Amino acid sequence: MAIDADTVRKVARLARIRVEESALEPMAKELTGIMAWIEQLAEVDTDGVEPMTSNVAIKLPLREDVVTDGERQGAVLANAPRSDKGFFVVPKVVE
Amino acid sequence: MAALTNMTLKAALDGLSTKAFSAEELARAHVSAIAAANPHLNAFVLETPDKAIEMARASDERRAKGEAGPLEGASIGVKDLFCTEGVQSTAGSKILNGFKPPYESTVTANLWRDGAVMLGKLNMDEFAMGSSNETSAFGPVSNPWKAAGSNQALTPGGSSGGSASAVAADLCLAATASDTGGSIRQPAAFTGTVGIKPTYGRCSRYGMIAFASSLDQAGPIAKTVEDAAILLTSMSGHDAKDSTSLDIETPDFASFVGKSIKGLRIGIPDEYRLDGMPSEISKLWDEGIEWLKAAGCEIKRVSLPHTKYALPAYYIIAPAEASSNLARYDGMRYGLRVDGGSLIDTYEKTRAEGFGAEVKRRVLIGAYVLSAGYYDAYYLKAQRVRRRIAEDFDKAFEEVDALLTPTAPSAAFALGDRVSDPIAMYLNDVFTVTTNLAGLPGLSLPAGLSGEGLPLGLQLIGRALDEGTLFSIAGVMEDAAQFRAKPTRWW
Repeated sequence: MAIDADTVRKVARLARIRVEESALEPMAKELTGIMAWIEQLAEVDTDGVEPMTSNVAIKLPLREDVVTDGERQGAVLANAPRSDKGFFVVPKVVE
Repeated sequence: MAALTNMTLKAALDGLSTKAFSAEELARAHVSAIAAANPHLNAFVLETPDKAIEMARASDERRAKGEAGPLEGASIGVKDLFCTEGVQSTAGSKILNGFKPPYESTVTANLWRDGAVMLGKLNMDEFAMGSSNETSAFGPVSNPWKAAGSNQALTPGGSSGGSASAVAADLCLAATASDTGGSIRQPAAFTGTVGIKPTYGRCSRYGMIAFASSLDQAGPIAKTVEDAAILLTSMSGHDAKDSTSLDIETPDFASFVGKSIKGLRIGIPDEYRLDGMPSEISKLWDEGIEWLKAAGCEIKRVSLPHTKYALPAYYIIAPAEASSNLARYDGMRYGLRVDGGSLIDTYEKTRAEGFGAEVKRRVLIGAYVLSAGYYDAYYLKAQRVRRRIAEDFDKAFEEVDALLTPTAPSAAFALGDRVSDPIAMYLNDVFTVTTNLAGLPGLSLPAGLSGEGLPLGLQLIGRALDEGTLFSIAGVMEDAAQFRAKPTRWW
């Protein structure tokens, strides 16, 4: 299926990656090429086959619902691009 | 001190235990080798000489007190995908430039618990997305090998290109690596080293920077089969911090090396004999079959009919998981932030600037195949094909104990050769990606040289949790191959 510039614009928005207008068309061509190659999956008969989401045949373990970590504000904030008074500083979200 | 860096991990551990040299001497020899080589090879993105010497001294003290661990004093390189506490960890991405994790990955913590010494962080394709190490934000790694009579720089493969190059050039005794579609095995094949991707769940993924969580698995790149077995034993083990980590005992993998393989049934999958495959690779494969026959194995043709669909299925599943995993890089809590006019503008600018071209391509594919209206047609379809591929293996393993295949469809190629054609690049993983989808162990060992004098690898694929058998077979093949070639030093 051909992916056009509008689709790239929409998907880039979903992925929160800025793609410049001039780059939309070349990216659309590239993705169309890759998706065309992927289309061969349609040849495989998968009727009645359950999707395989994991190759570990175990039930996911549950742990006790107790606090196991914390009180490490300094470590949590150490890599923040901006922080103040123990908080992450982010662009204004609510007017 | 060249002799100290030429050693295998096993020989170094023996030398340390007989006090022929100290961990500090060993670390210093590697530190100088790295300082001399890295401007040419670019295998390390971060050298940590002070930490190496400090860890080596502590190791010598432990040994003096009689507290030596299984890797006591061994100088190891760490792929930059593993978070190392207080030491920059970038996964080869600009978006993590300067990121110093406040915690340690379980795999590296296991190595330090066993006495290993860290030399530095190894270069890699950005977020492990690549097969040539050319997508790294820190520049490509060069393969220490060059074709006979040529000065052309070659790729060490990827994504664990730094790990493979460093081990092949004797810059570390062995290295950690990771494999999502072939990222341990293809670089090992390109550099004349041994690499194994163990069964999914053997190694904890805690603190490994995520690419595609249902496929990512850590493993070693080493100079010999025995070295790979020693390092994998330390890296493995159950970890409550990774819910997919298997709660089972780790065998002593090195104890399998040297065992007889008489009577084992080895499968040769028809579908791995590709049209247009270089004849020297078919020939090497046939040689491998002869070695196994000579060792008393029974060779059987098997069919894995869905092999050709593995790569296209992978290029839905891996990007889908990556687009979700990489959503965390939003410029708010760590990593790069590029300010914009609004919150969304900041997100978009940060990610546009922080991610390289291949990462963007895959995140966009992932977002596309997961988006409304396409989820069933692409993502669920790929997950169904994935089960078909796993069933192919189940069926084959009813008749055989392991499979023998080539590792990669070519020898190392020139840097720059395939960057403009994503699909040509993806085809590097045609023989390796199937085991990631099925969760099975795969081991690559050097088996011979191409006509141009470049290393070529063969791959062994085993049943889930049967790495031991792979180590036994690989040990026998290593003896038969007598692969002793080393790259001629130009760096």
